Amino acid sequence: MDKPEGELTWKDLEIGSIVAEPGNASQYQTGTWRSQRRTLNIKRCINCGICYIFCPEGCIEQNAEGYFEANLFYCKGCGICACECPTEAITMVEEE
Amino acid sequence: MTKRVGIEISQAIGEAVKLANIDVVASYPITPQTHIVEHIAELVADGELDAAYIAVESEHSAMSACLGASAVGARAFTASAGQGLELMHEVLYVASSMRLPVVMAVTNRALSSPLSVWGDHSDAMAVRDTGWIQIFTENGQEVVDNVLCAFRIGEDQRVLLPVMIHLDGFHLSHMIEPIYMPEQSEVDKFIPPYQHPLPLNPDKPITMGAFGPPFIYSETKKAQEVNLTAAKEVILQCWKEFASIFKRYYHPVETYHSEGAKVLLLTMGSFSETAMIAIDTMRKEGKNVGLVKLRLWRPFPFYEIRQAVSHAEVLIVLDRALSFGGPAGPVCSEIKAALYNEDKKPKIISFVGGLGGRDITPDGFGEIIDRGIEISRTGSQQEFEMYGVRG
Repeated sequence: MDKPEGELTWKDLEIGSIVAEPGNASQYQTGTWRSQRRTLNIKRCINCGICYIFCPEGCIEQNAEGYFEANLFYCKGCGICACECPTEAITMVEEE
Repeated sequence: MTKRVGIEISQAIGEAVKLANIDVVASYPITPQTHIVEHIAELVADGELDAAYIAVESEHSAMSACLGASAVGARAFTASAGQGLELMHEVLYVASSMRLPVVMAVTNRALSSPLSVWGDHSDAMAVRDTGWIQIFTENGQEVVDNVLCAFRIGEDQRVLLPVMIHLDGFHLSHMIEPIYMPEQSEVDKFIPPYQHPLPLNPDKPITMGAFGPPFIYSETKKAQEVNLTAAKEVILQCWKEFASIFKRYYHPVETYHSEGAKVLLLTMGSFSETAMIAIDTMRKEGKNVGLVKLRLWRPFPFYEIRQAVSHAEVLIVLDRALSFGGPAGPVCSEIKAALYNEDKKPKIISFVGGLGGRDITPDGFGEIIDRGIEISRTGSQQEFEMYGVRG
């Protein structure tokens, strides 16, 4: 898609608003839905990857240091990672 | 040579669908539509029509299966009526917004309760805003002709919209009439093969009917509205070409002795034929009355309706459906809306009648017209009157 979705006019849409380009849901910023933000205490984190497995959005990735971090462009702040973390390294804090 | 055959209109629809060489039919039988799909099932079982007949568990599934078929580029047909049309209601919107040119014959039937299998236009009015092209018919020939036109109109690359052909339940669906059935070679030329520009295809994955958040939903609806309104031009072209080949003529608004008539009656569907008899009788009596018949219901023919009625002094609209607690019959409301801003317009009188299969005789139409003229002079305490209700 040439334009960001929010700038498309009705004339830009494919017939029947078909999404003709596979995988373009990656352009959709679901991070704006978040009311709580995930924070990671790296002193407690054991890099087990359980948060990575449980994340329903698949938005957690392992960084160069081996820690699992959420991509905040997508993270909706559901808190499942914080709930599942065996060492309580993840806490959810209110978004401002 | 085109043959004229005596045939039940439901079966004639089956024959027309066979001539259109559909690929898929998915339907759930419901009175008074059952004979249509029964006949198609027979044609498929006998090997006369090479199509997949999907026996589904409900009308909701029937329309869903037709959508899937149409989305891969197959020509799909179904038929329904009354409660069945209501059960598929939500899927109707999906067909039009995903631009899938399914064709459906609707044998118009009253809605419950009380349970009625008989005809009126309640079901049609309930699906008014589903975004389908909707055409009303008066007799068997019109039904067959317009079922054929429906495939051509709907599948036109400028249109790609589903099309409903409305015919009155029993009054048309179960009548045996002499009908000219076109030759296969003529139909093959008239209806080109269906091609969807972006069909479902594993080699080129696409998503149909995706999630539409607030930032894009309005744009999709604007595109849909522009598309349906613009379809009128293609409908007119199709009917013009149909006339050049088959010598039968169709127009969005048709008239009978309406030119110069001071009083006009407006009807839709098979009752128009009865109303014509009433107009003949009244004209013999020296009354200056005429008839206007609304054929194209969606997209609404604003220009044509204004042309047809603005010269009259009184316009009496007969609806075969109620808009409970509303301003008039649903058709009459739209006619009023179409004329409201015009400088020259008739007084508009609304009647509702012919509900749940109750006939209106030629004399009955005479009574409606006379009463309409009376109301135009004296006024009425009611927004509309129900014709023929006891008490």
